[in-house]
Amino acid sequence: MPRNENIILCGIGGQGTILASKLLAAAAMKRGMAVKTAETIGMAQRGGSVFSHIRLGDDVHAPLIAPGQADLIIAFEPAEAVRHLHMLKEGGCVVTSSHPIFPTSTLIGQSQYPVEEILDYLKNHVSNLTLVDSEQAAKDLGSARVLNVVLLGAAIRSGALSLNEDDILEAIHERVAERFHALNENALRYV
Amino acid sequence: MHTEFLMGNEAIALGALAAGVHLVAGYPGTPSTEVLETVAKRNPGTVHVEWSINEKAAMEVAAGAAYAGARTLVTMKQVGLNVASDPLMSLEYIGVKGGMVIMVADDPGPISSQTEQDTRTFAMFSKVPLFDPSSVQEAYTMIQEAFDFSEKYGTPVFFRATTRIDHGYEAIEVKDEAEYKKLPVEGFIKDSSRWVIFPRLSVINHAKIEQRNAALSDTLSDYAGNQILKGSGRKGIASHGINFTYVQEAMTEAVPLLRIATPFPFPERKAVEFMQDLDEVLCVEELDPVIERAMVYVCGKYGLKTRIRGKLTGDIAPSGENTIASVQAALDKYLGRAPKEAKQSDPLPPLPVRPPVLCAGCPHRASFYAVKRAMQGQKTIYCGDIGCYTLGNAQPLDMCDTCLCMGAGINIAQGVFHLEPDTKAFAFVGDSTFFASGITGTINAFYNQADMTLIVLDNSTTAMTGHQPHPGTGRTVMGQIVEKVKIESILKAIGLTTVEIVDPLDHKLAVETVKRVAAEPGVKAIIFRSPCVAITKPKAQSHVDSDRCIGCRRCIDQLGCPALILNGKKAAIDPSLCTGCTLCEQVCPVGAITGGDRDAQK
Repeated sequence: MPRNENIILCGIGGQGTILASKLLAAAAMKRGMAVKTAETIGMAQRGGSVFSHIRLGDDVHAPLIAPGQADLIIAFEPAEAVRHLHMLKEGGCVVTSSHPIFPTSTLIGQSQYPVEEILDYLKNHVSNLTLVDSEQAAKDLGSARVLNVVLLGAAIRSGALSLNEDDILEAIHERVAERFHALNENALRYV
Repeated sequence: MHTEFLMGNEAIALGALAAGVHLVAGYPGTPSTEVLETVAKRNPGTVHVEWSINEKAAMEVAAGAAYAGARTLVTMKQVGLNVASDPLMSLEYIGVKGGMVIMVADDPGPISSQTEQDTRTFAMFSKVPLFDPSSVQEAYTMIQEAFDFSEKYGTPVFFRATTRIDHGYEAIEVKDEAEYKKLPVEGFIKDSSRWVIFPRLSVINHAKIEQRNAALSDTLSDYAGNQILKGSGRKGIASHGINFTYVQEAMTEAVPLLRIATPFPFPERKAVEFMQDLDEVLCVEELDPVIERAMVYVCGKYGLKTRIRGKLTGDIAPSGENTIASVQAALDKYLGRAPKEAKQSDPLPPLPVRPPVLCAGCPHRASFYAVKRAMQGQKTIYCGDIGCYTLGNAQPLDMCDTCLCMGAGINIAQGVFHLEPDTKAFAFVGDSTFFASGITGTINAFYNQADMTLIVLDNSTTAMTGHQPHPGTGRTVMGQIVEKVKIESILKAIGLTTVEIVDPLDHKLAVETVKRVAAEPGVKAIIFRSPCVAITKPKAQSHVDSDRCIGCRRCIDQLGCPALILNGKKAAIDPSLCTGCTLCEQVCPVGAITGGDRDAQK
């Protein structure tokens, strides 16, 4: 029986998680894999915590992933990676931006964001961890809008994804306007 | 046929198109919105599609078309059904000629709603048959069957899906446009004995409905959507919708399964067949224990000894969204399986709370802040409403004292005033909500001599649900350019003498206007007009001169704009979020923030 693959994308509403999810799904479909996904759409998109669940493989009933069953978490923000870490399989892989984004609640003293503690927690609890300096990536690539593709590239490099660069590139070419193709290709190969 | 990767709501829309739908009407509401949007996008040119001003209007428009023999689809979220319930309750007594499907999106959790109401319960109350799909693929085929069913039995039918179906994606097989049904429409045939509801007709039709639904219980026992999956043992599981897939995920051996796709009329014969050799059945349901109650009833009616378990016996949580994990745990207990060992993990570090917030540069922030400043020190109540601006309740703005349902804030403000005349009562309502259900409340206030200030937050779109047009925008979902309905004209026509239109991003003017208007007697209105930042392109951005910034944090502590961040002890602005609205520039006591352009936001 072919192995199912469970992927979680998580971040903050507006960061581009939904497009990344669609790229993964499109690439998997090209490979002839069955795909089911579940998206956060609605109120949480206004700067709240959002997630997408992506399930690849034929032996899948529900679009949601059970806790402890994700092979890969792609996080657009480190605290969001920790928020979803209970979903990760033993020995699973995490690819995350290391750049913290502070919600207003932390600035006005309504919640805490201990950045070092959160990054350490990831380092201590994830064996296959890739930290992506997304601020540096944005400077190098000249755009902060392709973080989703940078992270997908890093996920391919981590070895936790059965899809390869060409699969994702093909999906990008079909979904993204041509004038952004070069930028996206650079983003995919950034890490 | 071809394969497409579709959201559940898109599949529902394509299913309706394949079924030859002639007219689609709805009102936006998460998680239902994409159904109507997809029909509009994929319209072969033959379908009338409209965002009606509210769900009641949508239901009535669709009923009219169905009277004429057209196939019609109405879309709404579950609380929208409350608004549309008046026409629906009567419509079931009258019936339809063309197939009429009422697509209602339920929201277990709730994730984006006020209530966890169950449309399956509404189906029983209104006597309207209901279809409840378990996957995106099934939603596509089932809605086509729902149209045929509606037409065959001359009744509107519910098509109910929950968030995980509506916003789940699957690659599914769909028909090409050439394969869509093309059905003729007979037209409206005058017959007052059929289309005019009078008590005499109601009593006759009520009897027919009861008879029909009793017969449908038997018919639906043979419907393929109500299925038994064979297994071994004397314990069975009954489920529905997305929960059926959670049960399948949580199964380790073949336990007898019953899946109910038409909870009303309940397929009794099918349930009896299922329970024949079972000692116990666990009903795995979300929202109300609809199947569970029906199974208990069937056991009583047919003298079965099967014990029915579920929400009523404490085996399934009585409220909230079910998950694979919660269903797994319930099945472990029910089937006597050893629960999966919980992974011992270290306690998590504190995580930042990240609720949804008003966007950076959102004009609602400026409107709320102006009212807050203007009314400082006075006894006030701020009645909020449904939309992005409900987020005005968050700290540090804290400008939403009540929120109930669409349009309620205007009337709640009056109630408070009548009992507490020394309270300055404010009602905040968005432009789309004003059209949907704010006008009657305003007339009520004017007629019944309330003293209140109506604040219309006019951002020229239905923002929260993804920027749908409405009567004030001058566009329709079909792309027509139409005469704009002006909110100020409506308010003046009601009789309000003070109707001010102010740019909320002009902070000083906004505060002065609120002070002046709120001091006047009677019902008066301020329209804060500034477009939603999500649909405008900012041309300039503000930045902080850190040499001038004194680190007083006034901008951060007063406004709570997500673009305002701290750099050490001083304020800074995240350029990826700032829209240059200039509100923080106007709030800064030392003029350390410059560079924005509030007119560039228009």
